[in-house]
Amino acid sequence: MNRRTFLKDAIVVITGAALPAAALEWLDPRQVLAENPQIRWAFLVDTHKCAGCGFCVKACKAENDIPYEASVTRTWIERYVVTQSGELLADSPQGGRDGFTSGSIDLPGGTRVSEEEIIRGFFVPKLCNHCASPPCVQVCPVGATYATPQGVVLVDRQWCIGCGYCIMGCPYGARFFHPVHKSVDKCTLCTHRLTRGDASACVEACPFGARQVGNLHDPNDPVTRAVVSERIGVLRDSYGSRPRVYYLGLSKEVH
Amino acid sequence: MIPAVYGESWTLKELMVLPNEFIYWSIQIVMYPFMTGLVAGSFILSSLYHLFGIKALKGVSRFALVFSLALLPAANLPPLLFLQSPERAHYIFITPHFTSAIAAFGLVVLLYAALVAAELWFIYRPYFVESEKALRAIPGLGLAGRLRRVLFGWLTLGARDIGEEALRLDARVVKILAAVGIPVACFLHGYAGFIFGAVKANAVWMTPLMPIIFIVSAVVSGIAFCILCYAGAMELRKLFLRRQFARRHPHACSLAEHRLAGIEEVEVRVASRYLAVFLLVALVLELLDVVFRGYTAMKSWDLLRQVVYGRDFFEIFVLQHGVGRLLPLLLLLLPGRTVKRTMAAAALVLVGVFMMRWNVVIGGQSVSLSAAGFMAYDLPVAPRDISAFKEGVAGALLVLGAPFVLFWMLNKIFPVFIVERAERAIKT
Amino acid sequence: MKEYVWRPMYVVVLIAALSLAVRFFLLPHDFGVHEGGYKYGYYRLGNIAEWESRPALFRSADDCGDCHRQSESLSASPHAFISCQNCHGPAAGHPEDPPTLAIDTGRDLCLRCHADLSYPAGGRDAVPGIDPLGHHPFRSCVGCHDPHHPRQEVQP
Ligand code: HEC
Ligand code: HEC
Ligand code: HEC
Ligand code: HEC
Repeated sequence: MNRRTFLKDAIVVITGAALPAAALEWLDPRQVLAENPQIRWAFLVDTHKCAGCGFCVKACKAENDIPYEASVTRTWIERYVVTQSGELLADSPQGGRDGFTSGSIDLPGGTRVSEEEIIRGFFVPKLCNHCASPPCVQVCPVGATYATPQGVVLVDRQWCIGCGYCIMGCPYGARFFHPVHKSVDKCTLCTHRLTRGDASACVEACPFGARQVGNLHDPNDPVTRAVVSERIGVLRDSYGSRPRVYYLGLSKEVH
Repeated sequence: MIPAVYGESWTLKELMVLPNEFIYWSIQIVMYPFMTGLVAGSFILSSLYHLFGIKALKGVSRFALVFSLALLPAANLPPLLFLQSPERAHYIFITPHFTSAIAAFGLVVLLYAALVAAELWFIYRPYFVESEKALRAIPGLGLAGRLRRVLFGWLTLGARDIGEEALRLDARVVKILAAVGIPVACFLHGYAGFIFGAVKANAVWMTPLMPIIFIVSAVVSGIAFCILCYAGAMELRKLFLRRQFARRHPHACSLAEHRLAGIEEVEVRVASRYLAVFLLVALVLELLDVVFRGYTAMKSWDLLRQVVYGRDFFEIFVLQHGVGRLLPLLLLLLPGRTVKRTMAAAALVLVGVFMMRWNVVIGGQSVSLSAAGFMAYDLPVAPRDISAFKEGVAGALLVLGAPFVLFWMLNKIFPVFIVERAERAIKT
Repeated sequence: MKEYVWRPMYVVVLIAALSLAVRFFLLPHDFGVHEGGYKYGYYRLGNIAEWESRPALFRSADDCGDCHRQSESLSASPHAFISCQNCHGPAAGHPEDPPTLAIDTGRDLCLRCHADLSYPAGGRDAVPGIDPLGHHPFRSCVGCHDPHHPRQEVQP
């Protein structure tokens, strides 16, 4: 193994470890990553940890130029509650961008459940699942959305005609029309951060460690280890989309 | 200022709806299959004469074919009004991604347009040749006349042989084109159904029946539309002739009107028979879909039931099936049918088919992916801004009106009533 | 069959050929089938680089301590686990551009975590809760609590 290939391999293993780029200035890390198929990004959400503060949504909107006041968002938090009568309810006011500051639930259309009626609740952060078989990509008529070799589903803003078929095709509601660019928009997993060795903005922002991004091809990555050793779930896998956002503590109520 | 989120202004959310969910596919996506349905349906009606030689449909068949061509560009208006970047619409031809049910749509439409245009060319070729000849014979032709002559010259494509043998050959080619055209028309519209039926994320849409339901309802709407317009056009012509005659001979009764009287009677009767049959099939298929979903009662039925029997009951059972299917069936089947009653039935059928598209497109989106909420669509009526114009009542009316304008223009090149005029010329 | 019956076909072929020629010029050179096959990997290759070259707005680590003493007090406080940028916004370019960061003294910032939900609610249980309407309403939290060291009294 010569110095170059050693470094190449090393860089893959320590992608998340933010190696100072200066030490490798003769080797563009981005180029290495692009050439290297040994990366398959995956996301891990620990629902036990999520406190519903909404910092992830706030950070995502700032990092990715999604107007804060617009109701659309690349990632959002859902709150599920069980009432005394055993009824299951969920809400996600403005995607949870301002956190969940009220114990009661006000749903659009006038349904209100007061705090006293609720016996239990929990939060589930959601985002694009970066599916291995993305139904949204399959239905794009012009090839404006695609899965990268590293497993990130992206939208080409310059090629999207805005037909909305991918929005219809996504079983998770992860896509929307960008209020400014008019093309379809969705989570990019902060691929611009990942290539620089940083974690996604929502991951950095989460104070509770409920979100992690990692490389499935690296056996020592915490995400990979969790996926292999923990009891994990994914959302709506009956659609055959093979999602790559894994959840710890997913309960049957979560849809 | 908060940038407007697409769909927010006309979506009413109820219970748990995901933040990114809106009624994204609005009125124009209702118009889209409605218009392509008319295109396909009127073509199939015209083919009944050309292919199966149902003589009674001769007049309405030519009318239907020209209208089919007029409807075709109009059917492409909705996507242009709907697309977020309409200036990129041609990308669909540059990088078609055929795993998408929309990608080939443009190609199929073009293929279909070529077929219809070719068929019309063979039907109207003698007319082009003769018109050019007639114009050539007029001395001192004005600029407009000369332009017309050049246009007709071009339209003949240099094929000026209108001998007996050539005309027979034309007829044979028309028959072949009609035969090829039927599967293409079915494909065109079955494909539109596939666009919806293949969306696995949408429980309302996802059924293999969807393409078939779409084809049948397309035929229904096409026939109804042609009956309505044909009979309507005839009434107008009568009215026109009566006026003209009255002006010239204030005291005599109109002979011309007599000649036209009842001319559409036979055609409308035969066409309405086909209408009734297809109407019944459409009704059966659509009810089968609901019955099947209810009987198998998969998880999604929980919500679908609330939509079908609750929230959209009026739209589905009253407007679509009641007013749009059963009532016209009665009007068509009860004895003593007149042309006027058939026209009424045809109009109701169109309402029914429109409601069916509405219930598929809007109703299909009304169930949230969260499986715990609904969305309602608040159709923009007043064109407050550009988007409320494009995707509101005004835009829909624009799309509805466009084929008539196009028909009027096409009628100058492919005069629909030419044969009668020729007959009249011989008689007088 | 006479020759003329093919003429409409010639017109169609001519239009098709012209369209293909136009397509040739409009097609981006790097558009094609890439890894993932036609179904999932048909795209303009250059777009990946476009996304990857976007500027990152949030700094990866809160290296604020060089200039701000708040780092020190924060790291010794129960709020140590909260990134500075959650409360002050993305810090890329700071202090050159932007020279300062946002300071939000609103109650909502703190209530994201501290609003008490009276029922067990996952991660929220780990945060000491207050009743947003009952705990000194309408006053800014930071008037009494130091956000960087909430267990310390605020120095007036
Ligand atoms: C190179 C030194 C430096 C670093 C590193 C630095 N800052 Fe600053 N910061 C400044 C300067 C200088 C000001 C301007 C102070 C002023 O105008 O009073 C400032 C202002 C601020 C202010 C506004 C203070 C006020 O009173 O308005 C905040 C908040 C802030 N910085 C947060 C941060 C955070 C968070 C980080 C880490 C991500 C950080 N800074 C990193 C130098 C720095
Ligand atoms: C929980 C939210 C929160 C976090 C985390 C936080 N701050 Fe602050 N910060 C505030 C608030 C609120 C103020 C305004 C305080 C005031 O006006 O009394 C503030 C004020 C400041 C100021 C202005 C000077 C001052 O103290 O009034 C600076 C500088 C600053 N923060 C830097 C930092 C740095 C550096 C970090 C990370 C080490 C950090 N903050 C983390 C909420 C936070
Ligand atoms: C990301 C969530 C979060 C935000 C935002 C936050 N806090 Fe806290 N805060 C905590 C947690 C968690 C603790 C308890 C940590 C522990 O006990 O280890 C805490 C502790 C405290 C305490 C001490 C309670 C005690 O133990 O006596 C006070 C006071 C406090 N926060 C005030 C604030 C104020 C004021 C703000 C707004 C500037 C704020 N917090 C913002 C999470 C948060
Ligand atoms: C008027 C001053 C004042 C204001 C304003 C104020 N607090 Fe307090 N807070 C206190 C005092 C005093 C205590 C300790 C006594 C107590 O528990 O009530 C306290 C206690 C707390 C605790 C610890 C409770 C526990 O159970 O350990 C938290 C958390 C807290 N405050 C958060 C906040 C937040 C968040 C805000 C703003 C929304 C806020 N406070 C506004 C004075 C204030």
